[in-house]
Amino acid sequence: MKENDFIHPYIPNSVPEVRDEMLRAVGLKSVYDVYSEIPERLRFKGVLDIPEAIQSEYALKRHVEQVLGKNKTCREYLNFLGAGCWQHYVPAVVDEIVNRSEFLTAYCGANYSDVGKYQARFEFNSLMAELLDIDAVSNPIYDWGDAAGRAIRMASRITGRNEVLVPKLTCPDRLGEIRQLCQLEEMSNAIAVILVAHDPETGLLDLNDLNTKLSDATAAVYYETPSYLGLIEDQGEEITRMAHKKGALSIGGVDPISLGILCPPGSYGADLIVGDLQPLGVHMSAGGGQSGFIAFRDEEIFIAECPLEIYSIMDTVEEGEYAFAEVRSDRTSYGSRDKGKDWVGTASGLWTIASAVYLSLMGPKGMKEIGEVIIKNSKYTQNLISSLPGVSIKFSQPHFKEFLVDFSASGKTIAQINAALLQEKIFGGKDISGEYPELGECALFCVTEIHTKEDLNRLYLALKEIV
Amino acid sequence: MKGIKLKKYHAPKYDEPLIMEIGVDGRRGIMVPQVDKEIDDTVGTLEDLIPAKSQRKKAPALPEIDQYHTLMHFLRLSQMTLGMETGIDIGEGTCTMKYSPKVNEELVRSPQMAEVHPLQPEKTLQGILEIAYELRNYLKAISGMDEFCFQTGGGAHATYINACITRKYFQERGELGTRNEVITTQFTHPCNAATPSTAGFRVIILPHKNGYPDLDALKSVVSERTAAIHMTNPEDTGLYNPVVDEFTKAVHDAGGLCFYDQANANGIMSVARAREAGFDACHFNLHKTFSSPHGCEGPAAGAYGCTEALAAYLPVPVVTKLSDAYHLDFDRPKSIGKVRSFYGNLPAVLRAYAWIRSMGPKGIKTTAEISILNNQYLEHLLSQIDGISYPYAEGKPRFEQIRYSMAKLKEETGLGSHEIQNRIVDFGIQSYWLSHHPYVVPEPFTPEPCETYSKEDIEYWATAIEQACKEARETPEIIESAPHNQAIHQIKDFSQAEDADRWAITWRAYKKKTKK
Repeated sequence: MKENDFIHPYIPNSVPEVRDEMLRAVGLKSVYDVYSEIPERLRFKGVLDIPEAIQSEYALKRHVEQVLGKNKTCREYLNFLGAGCWQHYVPAVVDEIVNRSEFLTAYCGANYSDVGKYQARFEFNSLMAELLDIDAVSNPIYDWGDAAGRAIRMASRITGRNEVLVPKLTCPDRLGEIRQLCQLEEMSNAIAVILVAHDPETGLLDLNDLNTKLSDATAAVYYETPSYLGLIEDQGEEITRMAHKKGALSIGGVDPISLGILCPPGSYGADLIVGDLQPLGVHMSAGGGQSGFIAFRDEEIFIAECPLEIYSIMDTVEEGEYAFAEVRSDRTSYGSRDKGKDWVGTASGLWTIASAVYLSLMGPKGMKEIGEVIIKNSKYTQNLISSLPGVSIKFSQPHFKEFLVDFSASGKTIAQINAALLQEKIFGGKDISGEYPELGECALFCVTEIHTKEDLNRLYLALKEIV
Repeated sequence: MKGIKLKKYHAPKYDEPLIMEIGVDGRRGIMVPQVDKEIDDTVGTLEDLIPAKSQRKKAPALPEIDQYHTLMHFLRLSQMTLGMETGIDIGEGTCTMKYSPKVNEELVRSPQMAEVHPLQPEKTLQGILEIAYELRNYLKAISGMDEFCFQTGGGAHATYINACITRKYFQERGELGTRNEVITTQFTHPCNAATPSTAGFRVIILPHKNGYPDLDALKSVVSERTAAIHMTNPEDTGLYNPVVDEFTKAVHDAGGLCFYDQANANGIMSVARAREAGFDACHFNLHKTFSSPHGCEGPAAGAYGCTEALAAYLPVPVVTKLSDAYHLDFDRPKSIGKVRSFYGNLPAVLRAYAWIRSMGPKGIKTTAEISILNNQYLEHLLSQIDGISYPYAEGKPRFEQIRYSMAKLKEETGLGSHEIQNRIVDFGIQSYWLSHHPYVVPEPFTPEPCETYSKEDIEYWATAIEQACKEARETPEIIESAPHNQAIHQIKDFSQAEDADRWAITWRAYKKKTKK
């Protein structure tokens, strides 16, 4: 082996003898005969300024573990952060399946060689359709906010209108993603995002304000249940009716883990439903587990305007066999470039398989029980915390798993409270005093099935000391 | 090919029913934590806790299956998926189907990555922020750009934020009213046309001239209306555009910005960079070039890089380093804002970091060189097969991939790249991918034998193609009725997926439409 040879376990043809044999076969002295296509002025000269290779796998692992070890985890700390990424239990069978090499490494294999992937995806669609009570589900996109933006763009194309009504209390980051997809007002295809006020007492969408803002220009009304601040929005049916009366569509945003106990928007006629799959069997991974789903009515106009890939179950020449193929592939940017609907690209496909396994394990009883334990743990925590002096729960409407705690009357800021909680190895709720200064010193706490009564009492006792 | 024996492969075939068709009422796949008795006694019933209108009246019709059989079902589906690691995945060109190291998967699954909440205080995220910051530095070196962000959830998403950044840049200059055109080329990935169109730009697609993007055509359309060009190099054809800097110059001279889609970067890393070619911004796919697994079409990650002049517009947050601590910088008043929740796909960032650390500068150079060599070797083998050719620029070498054509085979046998695709999977290799839109190369297929694949893999793959082409001539019925060794047989009638009365996207829709 010469000094400059570099044999790497990930590169079988890095062995000099193999490389030279291949060069001889193709009649080249070196690959630089090919690189000679790149003019000198465009060449990078010198050595990349990156560290030398860590050659042994063991040393690499030690190194990365040492760096990653500077993170604190939600196993070491008691976590009450949610706000779009939620700590739920991931069943062992889900991890076993999503870590299967075949699923982990598959990509766009055609109809036959990856048929198991397509079947799992169809099962995901079918399971989600039952949970959401609606008939069509597409491939997912990056996250909830992107799914909401795509649904709004679909509604705008379907109705030929260019305004969307969105609750003022939508998660600011999600609203930012929606605005990014609704485009700047200078652009000819811009959709105006009009914010709808909330009832200051209940926190629910203010239907009078909605009524005022609904017009013949409204493409869709977007609402969420549970909302960003955890409230169960129970006016979905009225909102949908009001939207339909004006010829607009209704888009419901949901946390799918709530749907064993909460009524799905499909049951009262919502046209599109969006949300994030992360609660259904995907680890938090610092926000890496997000996946936005879109479901809609099984009508040609919805299929025609969907920018994402959609697959149908198909018959084969053998009776009783299932195959799968893409529905109207010329809709997408893969099929029609700039003439396609928005764009499609590699997004978050593996998490459909996680969610399919999750929902299959849970079944109807599991989904009901998990909804029940979450809402009851959450209520228990709300009761405990609101018994502290100067501390109250904001908004009277019932909550599902998240709730806003108002510490304004305690005289302490959220920053101070969270710093003190951190000392006790507790990640306190998300500080939203910067997002909504008008609400005062408020933090969004998230309680799920992973919290035991002891965990919740520990939070209460820690807060009692702090305030 | 001499001396290569194709495997007597057969895919696992289980006649596996749909999950919706199995199960027995009352069976449980998992037990969830139960409500603590004291909590249950104090908070009231579900009816007390949920407003009447929001209570779910009818349970979702999910299957009820025990754990062993749930596992068995999905294991069988996984076995009915060839994926990348069991089936020499040379065929999915432009996708760089490289090996995703298992040690990186172990790291991603560790609690220090998997059990971390993105909104934790910065000081509890120092490990992953350090990794993101260092990866930024490595990608700066590989591209010559000045700043990177990892917000985008895929490659196409990165081209979208380029359109958003372009828009913001010209809005600030008061030129957005006039600069409303984005130019791209025919053999650049379709997202480079689709994302500016979504962002509200008019899109101009340059034709090719003998396989190369046409510089004269660019000069004839570039104007004060030009906001940007989105292009790649080498393009889908594998041809390297040697005057790419004249493209960027023409656009810059007209006042536009230049974006480089680097999805095809694998063969030129450490040889040519975005900086020297005059680009203002570029992106890499961490799930292609930097080894993060493709995961059934995601989770993906685009790494978007740009020059100092555009850095102020990057989506928030950007990872920074101040006196030995890493920070998430949200205070960027000119930023285009949010494009994805939180900080992007950080597990993919971690894998890319670990892959680069395992390679070092020599390994990255070797990666590029071997990916080029592998492609020359495959070309050498495929060129010997009667019926296969590739158009344009005769005599010019291709870089890491080639868009071939089976037009001659089709003409002579009536069987082309669709039919051959159905057959090669019978030999235990992953199906190949045909072409991006537009289908200007007739009967296309686009293999990319990246550095992962051995000389023997390439020979096996070429032999499978050779055998299928031979069958097209000698025993066409085998090709016409393929596949034969897969879990299922040929799809009866693709028009089913075009017809609203017959397509079914979910099981409940299927039951309604077939009256089952």
